[in-house]
Amino acid sequence: MELPTQTFRVTRADLVRYAGASGDFNPIHWSDRIATGVGLPGVIAHGMFTMALVGRALTGWAGASDAVVDYNVRFARPVVVPDDDQGTEIEVSAVVREVTEEGLTRLDVTATCRGEKVLSQARATVRTPA
Amino acid sequence: MSLDPSFVGRSYPPTAPYQVGREKIREFATAIGATDAAYHDPEAARALGHPDVVAPPTFPQVLTMAANARIVEDPALGVDYSRVVHGDQRFAYTRPVVAGDELVCVSSIDEITSRGGHGFLTTRTEVATVAGEPVVTVWSKIVVRGEA
Repeated sequence: MELPTQTFRVTRADLVRYAGASGDFNPIHWSDRIATGVGLPGVIAHGMFTMALVGRALTGWAGASDAVVDYNVRFARPVVVPDDDQGTEIEVSAVVREVTEEGLTRLDVTATCRGEKVLSQARATVRTPA
Repeated sequence: MSLDPSFVGRSYPPTAPYQVGREKIREFATAIGATDAAYHDPEAARALGHPDVVAPPTFPQVLTMAANARIVEDPALGVDYSRVVHGDQRFAYTRPVVAGDELVCVSSIDEITSRGGHGFLTTRTEVATVAGEPVVTVWSKIVVRGEA
């Protein structure tokens, strides 16, 4: 079964807010000078910010904020966030791989930005509300 | 870059207890745009059976990143942090993190490999309450990019 696609907008302001809340102040997430200096096309989103947005999709699909039991991702490609008001968008979709007898649902998740996968092997197990 | 594989299995001492605050959970939830009542409103969290507001699934990064800094900054291991990118991440929950938890992290090195001139380091962090109740296990793989 395919779950409805969810879309998340990401702007530079989001990255600044996430840096503060998470404590990850790596300058590649806020300085174009430093990001391009290490060979990136520009400022990129924290991988963990992308993972957090996909986490929102998971709890949204599950219908419960505390539903996530197991969640893993591989960061395949950076999410480049331009310095403008639009930023970029991450699209998140998933298919149900298995529903266990214990009421757990295993999902295979796809996250894309500008049509390219930014995560590979993204999987989650969520508790389905009783 | 190549990392010394003899570090595999090494465990680091427990961190000082981290007090999970209600406002920190709200701040983190706001930063990721999560408006779920259970992340912000203690009453809504209690209705789900939790003692206080619940943390979003990736919240433990706030603790585990600090715990793993001791590994990444261990001069004996010699990771060049400016060449580090995040490879994989996993959270396996026993129960959600809630405000009021006092959590201790014990990190260890699960795997070190080298491929194509890059080093790969997988850490595992066991996050438990000060009373020893397991809460979540967090794996993180970083890639230390080789000099091209």
